Amino acid sequence: MRRGRIFLILLIVFLTLGMVSCKKKDSDTIKIGVAGAHSGDLASYGLPTVKAAELVVKDANANGGILGRQVELVIEDDVCKPEVATNTASKLVGEKVVGVIGHICSGATKAALGIYKDSNIFAISPSATNPPLTQSGDYPNFFRTIASDDAQARLEVDFALDTLGFTKIAVLHDKGDYGKGLAEFAKGFLEKDDRAEVVLYEGVTPGAVDYTAVINKIEASGAQAIIFGGYHPEASKIVGQMRKAGMDTVFISDDGVKDDTFIKVAGEYAEGVYATGPKDTTNNPLAKKAIKEHQDTYGEDPGAFYLNAYAATLAVLNAIEAAGATDYDAVTNALRTEWVETPLGKIRFDEKGDAIGIGFSMYQVRNGAYVEIK
Amino acid sequence: MKLDFFLGLLLGGLTRGSIYALLALGYTMVYGIIQLINFAHGEIYMIGAFTALIVAGVLTLSGMPTLAIFAIALVVAVVYAMGYGYTIEKMAYKPLRQAPRLSVLISAIGMSMFLQNYVLLAQTSDFQPFPALIPEFAFLEPYRKIISSSQLFILITTAIVMVLLTILIRYTRTGKAMRATSQDKTMAMLVGINVNKVISTTFIIGSGTAALGGLLISSHIGQINFYIGFIAGIKAFVAAVLGGIGSIPGAVLGSFVLGMTESFGTGLVSSDYEDVFAFVFLILILIFRPEGLLGRSTKQKV
Amino acid sequence: MTKINLWKEAKTSLFIALWFVILTFPIMVIKVNTIDDIVEWRWVRILFVGIGAFFFSAAYRYMLYRRKTGARRESKTRVLKIHRLGINTALDAAFFSQKKVALPGILFIAIAIILFPFITSMYQTNIISTALLSVMLGMGLNIVVGLGGMLHLGYIAFYAVGAYTYALLNYHFGVNFWVALPLGGLFSMIFGILLGIPVLRLKGDYLAIVTLGFGEIIRIVLENWNEFSFGPSGIANIPRPGFFGVKLSIQHASIFTYFILVALVVFTIFIVSRLKNSRLGRAWEAMREDDIACEAMGVDITKAKMTAFALGAFWAGLAGVVFASKTTFINPASFTMWESIVVLCIVVLGGMGSLGGVVIGALLIVLLPEYLRAFSEYRMLLFGAVLVVMMIFRPEGLIRARRHVFTFEHGENKSEAEK
Repeated sequence: MRRGRIFLILLIVFLTLGMVSCKKKDSDTIKIGVAGAHSGDLASYGLPTVKAAELVVKDANANGGILGRQVELVIEDDVCKPEVATNTASKLVGEKVVGVIGHICSGATKAALGIYKDSNIFAISPSATNPPLTQSGDYPNFFRTIASDDAQARLEVDFALDTLGFTKIAVLHDKGDYGKGLAEFAKGFLEKDDRAEVVLYEGVTPGAVDYTAVINKIEASGAQAIIFGGYHPEASKIVGQMRKAGMDTVFISDDGVKDDTFIKVAGEYAEGVYATGPKDTTNNPLAKKAIKEHQDTYGEDPGAFYLNAYAATLAVLNAIEAAGATDYDAVTNALRTEWVETPLGKIRFDEKGDAIGIGFSMYQVRNGAYVEIK
Repeated sequence: MKLDFFLGLLLGGLTRGSIYALLALGYTMVYGIIQLINFAHGEIYMIGAFTALIVAGVLTLSGMPTLAIFAIALVVAVVYAMGYGYTIEKMAYKPLRQAPRLSVLISAIGMSMFLQNYVLLAQTSDFQPFPALIPEFAFLEPYRKIISSSQLFILITTAIVMVLLTILIRYTRTGKAMRATSQDKTMAMLVGINVNKVISTTFIIGSGTAALGGLLISSHIGQINFYIGFIAGIKAFVAAVLGGIGSIPGAVLGSFVLGMTESFGTGLVSSDYEDVFAFVFLILILIFRPEGLLGRSTKQKV
Repeated sequence: MTKINLWKEAKTSLFIALWFVILTFPIMVIKVNTIDDIVEWRWVRILFVGIGAFFFSAAYRYMLYRRKTGARRESKTRVLKIHRLGINTALDAAFFSQKKVALPGILFIAIAIILFPFITSMYQTNIISTALLSVMLGMGLNIVVGLGGMLHLGYIAFYAVGAYTYALLNYHFGVNFWVALPLGGLFSMIFGILLGIPVLRLKGDYLAIVTLGFGEIIRIVLENWNEFSFGPSGIANIPRPGFFGVKLSIQHASIFTYFILVALVVFTIFIVSRLKNSRLGRAWEAMREDDIACEAMGVDITKAKMTAFALGAFWAGLAGVVFASKTTFINPASFTMWESIVVLCIVVLGGMGSLGGVVIGALLIVLLPEYLRAFSEYRMLLFGAVLVVMMIFRPEGLIRARRHVFTFEHGENKSEAEK
């Protein structure tokens, strides 16, 4: 008896909750979705995007909004999981957003894009770097303010071979979709070039208690340089342990590492590490403003992909303004044709969705800061 | 294979093994007494590391010498972790003494999620640099490709803890009570042992060693975040089972075997399959010795 | 424990609050930045912790007190309850395949289920579909854990096998959803048997750790073997289930998926409830209670264990195929050990061995975090707390598994016994 009652009550509660929460309130604000990992172990990559979008939108709203309407952000968590991302995406579709800033991880982005495509919603990611997202042509509604993995890998390999002239290179990755994808490209480029050989190709286990064994292996392989695909926590562990062991193997990595957190965490060991990243824009007034806003509001330096997300939000608002409307065709067209000033420079998007105007350069940590190598 | 390479792998495996051992002790002792896989145990390790970080951060301001900071951070972290261990047991496990075992397991999983997110929200989701509290020994300088001072320190500390724990379990009254309780809870109660107190003591000791492990490894690696406990906890659990769950020497042996397998697996084959080696090895051992390496094979009377 | 002494209780709660203030002090109040040597003191939080802990501990202690007295009362009414077991609610009837089926109740639920996707949004349909997937997973795991009594921590690996079966067969040979569905189940089942062989001798937590290891091995292989599984970048553009060759819009496709899932769940419930009452099902339950006694009674334990593993895997495989078609993209990150733990939570939270329980457990576990989205960053914290609290106050799960009651109808000596 009691069991049946509980069952019935719970079922009714769920059904009513479902019905109630789907009631939509119409308003004349322009809704923009922000999706990404906001909880869980990847939260540190998703939360800076939320902050960037909030700051940009606050500014825009204070200046009278866009097209005379206020902008409203719909912030949804996808924990970087494809299956959650489809729910997140359909929720945003239900909220009638114009476009989405996100998602953060490439896998989640792919899962969500299918849903956006059918509903005529565009997505602009600050961090999804997987090449097929733009190159396969499957996702006409996708844009990004970050370079794709193959472009980065190309730059890293060229730098290692042309500028530094190494002949023995180890390629490492963190087994994730981002890191491994990048490492695969780097390995491919190196193998095609007969000036150097790949002496070691390995994935390290993220979150493992220590990397002594891998470090020993790098030492034994006689590599002059490491090209690492992955994020800064693993990079700083590997670099730190290598330097502690007295190895001076050159470390070259990607924009998952080109993050001030890396320098903070790795401390003195970060010196001399190379990483690719968007062209230096520290003199860009918008970048200065964006960083200062974050420091004033949150009392700390911004996290990963903050400037990319800031640029993405500015691009979206600008495109809506330029298009004079919020419908899909007009806005995506504006994204492709209208140049916009962002913290990453003056950008617009090409047919495939990659940003034009975001230059890529190699950086090196010198005296505790990333310095662009000209 | 060069000697350097071999020694490097060996000592790397031992270091890993030591950390697993410090954690696995807590698992195995708790399991021995209340047959619970304490999923929140890894979180205690993480909280210990965070407490140490906070204490060290505050003390650095006062300009104390590193060694003093290290000592104070260690004591505070261990004491706090003990406090957390004690509280968790009282809150999430004690009310479930009579409940089915799986319910307690779910309660432990819930606790683990709660603690992770508690630290995430109260502190930060980012990785935090952890100060190198363990001093560099000058005499190790020529050998630093093989062993670092923090590794040496970890090995020595673990050895000391093992010896102390063995003495505690073998020769003290508390140890006797713990052994009695793990053999038969009802009988222990009948002979006048305060079983609840014994369980609390077990949690406190296990949490203390976990926090010690957290502090040492963080100082060695140089960074922490709220998620470090989960993977370390699972590995320690594997180590405890490998050695024969419920057996203290077994947990230590299992931890070292696991650490070595991972280290040599990575070194000689590939770190792509690091965890696969560990698990395949585990499965093989359990097929031939279903009770783990040092587990008692209990003959069940029908 | 007769009357609550308010003053004493307040003192205890105050003491507990103080304890929590001290305990959470470093992590809640101090935030250090070891690079710039800045220490931030957030004193106001201590106040929240103190007040919060005071009221929570008061409420918690009151609930525990209620539970204790409640339990006593329940034991008194036990005799009464046994006599009332004959009367079943409609739901009980539906889920436990009793003879007396209350038609109106079932009709009501059926209509609600059919109408649901048409009166709510696509988002609602999608999350209910996710929940239904979890129901299938829960039902499958319930065979192994709830009925067979074997703790399985690598269950999600079979889900992965199902999902990858469809994705890969579709990618290479263009196999469609309906062909892949049984194949996914079948492949999964083969893996279940493969896993079953080494674990036959193991018991309890040794079994748990081996299954956990097995789950991780499958995931790591999928992650590393690029030539086979495309590694961590996964497989995209998996087609949604086709409807007799008609191209469906995304809205309709999600409704269609919903109905496929409803049908599969009904099928699962039907089969599992039949199995439960079969010879095999009774063997499983006997094995769960005491495997030695069970073997002594002549039950073939090896066979019982193997079938439990294989059947459990079969459902995970089916669910995996639907999962791949629903998300249209899969990568190994969806099949971590954490997901296995979530499925286990479903089974235990709902009530081990109870089918209705699994349904409720799945709805709770999947929908709670979704509806808790309003609390955004606090949701996982709350979710963890809810798990602990639920287990404390309903350790047997929300819906306790029904034991078979055999009644002798003849004569005056009407005896009822709980097995």
